[in-house]
Amino acid sequence: MGILPSIKMALKSIKGNKLRSALTMLGMVIGVSSVIILVSIAQGSAQNVTSQINNLGTNLLTINTFGTDLALTEDKISELSKLNGVKAVSPVVSGRVNVKKDRTTSQVSLTGTNAAYSTVRDAKVSSGRFITDLDLEYRQKIAVIGADTASTFFGTDNPVGQYLQIEGTSFKVVGVLVSKGSSMGQSGDNVIIVPLSTGQRLVKSTTINQVYLQGKSQEQMDFVMNEVEMKMASLYPSKSDSYSVTNQQDLMDTMSSVTDTMTMMLGGIASISLLVGGIGIMNIMLVSVSERTKEIGIRKAIGAKRRDVLLQFLIEAVVLSGVGGIIGILTGVGLGKIVSTLAGLTVSFSTSVIVLSFLFSLIVGVIFGVFPANKASKLNPIQALRYE
Amino acid sequence: MGKPIIQISNLMKTYKLGGETVHALNDVSIEIEQGEFLAIIGPSGSGKSTLMNMLGCLDRPQSGKYLLDGKDIGKMNDNQLATIRNQKIGFIFQNFNLLTKLSALENVELPLLYSGVPVKERRERALEGLNKVGLKDRAGHLPTQLSGGQQQRVAIARALVGNPAILLADEPTGALDSKTSKEILLVMKELNELGHTIILITHDLEIAKQANRMVSIQDGQLQENGGELVGDFAIY
Repeated sequence: MGILPSIKMALKSIKGNKLRSALTMLGMVIGVSSVIILVSIAQGSAQNVTSQINNLGTNLLTINTFGTDLALTEDKISELSKLNGVKAVSPVVSGRVNVKKDRTTSQVSLTGTNAAYSTVRDAKVSSGRFITDLDLEYRQKIAVIGADTASTFFGTDNPVGQYLQIEGTSFKVVGVLVSKGSSMGQSGDNVIIVPLSTGQRLVKSTTINQVYLQGKSQEQMDFVMNEVEMKMASLYPSKSDSYSVTNQQDLMDTMSSVTDTMTMMLGGIASISLLVGGIGIMNIMLVSVSERTKEIGIRKAIGAKRRDVLLQFLIEAVVLSGVGGIIGILTGVGLGKIVSTLAGLTVSFSTSVIVLSFLFSLIVGVIFGVFPANKASKLNPIQALRYE
Repeated sequence: MGKPIIQISNLMKTYKLGGETVHALNDVSIEIEQGEFLAIIGPSGSGKSTLMNMLGCLDRPQSGKYLLDGKDIGKMNDNQLATIRNQKIGFIFQNFNLLTKLSALENVELPLLYSGVPVKERRERALEGLNKVGLKDRAGHLPTQLSGGQQQRVAIARALVGNPAILLADEPTGALDSKTSKEILLVMKELNELGHTIILITHDLEIAKQANRMVSIQDGQLQENGGELVGDFAIY
């Protein structure tokens, strides 16, 4: 008997036993879709964390100072910028300020910094321009505002060229930042950035609380970190408790190890459900073959060869597991999308996980479909015919 | 009549049953000629099912020789036996043994499917087969939608469709009432008149009497013309 009639016969048999076929496929659907959903949620959140950290700027070192006994003055900061491997340095004063425009008032976090901040912290403008070094020199009363701040005070108008009252002083808006979304609990969009010199006046303090340094390349970060720590130690001997140097890569590594563990855990849980689905397929296949022993007997009596019987069951198993797997993929991707819109989770579908879970269920289905069929095909037709 | 289509000589088949050896067939020899209508009669446990399995190439003899259409069945492997069953033998079972998920037409098509007949010819021949047993208008029905007699007619059509050398009927009327039984027997008689070789296995003397030739089997041994057994069976 040829392949085509075998396929037709297998399809007919699947259609003829709708409940049994549906139950067999259900195991596959649950197994495959749960693997896809869980792993894609885990991978999505891992990606989310990585991109959030990268949003803070790449190859970033941060010097934080505690208290006021450490005078991080501009000349000392410029010494840091001369270090080998440091690409850019951006000192920061920060504080919260009252901002007013007509009748709208709001508290906004203020950052006083220099032109390098734009590259160091990956802060790009969507319209207008960023702060320049000239603005610092001339203590210009200009401001670059975050996307949220812009919509709070200007609505849909273009803020560039308009004025804002910061702590009672009029500032000209020269640029609007690209929206970054909130990361690590901080809103990146509700900010005002002013020149460092002007900022120091606004927060009424000359203390620079943070310095961001950007390294030249990712591979050099450990080396740059050492350099900076040694320089700081020589600049401020015996004051190592008053400042800290942190490397963003450390943060990234910690976070990615957390998310890796999460992916592994969810993947493990999903694998168990895939296994349970596989056992379900196995059971249904075993039952369906022994239930059809008589059918096999009849077919053999009227001339079906072993190969014909095996082929029929093989095709049935492949079709059932294949269709079940495809429905599982569709369900998994669909549910993943629904979860991501409803719960606001980032999901990332990985082709390799989809293909692997599909293949696994297909192989389980085929093996456990063919194994009992092989046994049945070897049955003596007399015994198979007597089977009730 | 014609040349012998079945030649069986000194056939033996034993079973081990609870440590005891049972001679299901003990030195059986018979020749069946083309176009014969033969009845094999015997009580249960007489070995008639074993003989029927042997004749139907469902089983191989332990010793002795079975030539079907000149071919030695004892020397064939499972696949060759399947081909022989497909092409030379048409089975008619007591409980019909139709595939319940397939329509009458599909059931009749089945032997042709396994012998690789193309779709169109398969359909034509199956319809023709159903026509012969008077069920052409029920082609699309499932076996569960047919009466017992109709199911057995479908089974007969299935047995005939491959144009086999012999029709092997094992208690074909066992599951039917007497009126339907007569109809089925009539169909078989007609088929015999058309030239089909028919072997009928039964324990019912009245049915066996319909055949042209009768042999009886008891304790694994055959006797021509029913022998003295016929007397014993008079009670049926």
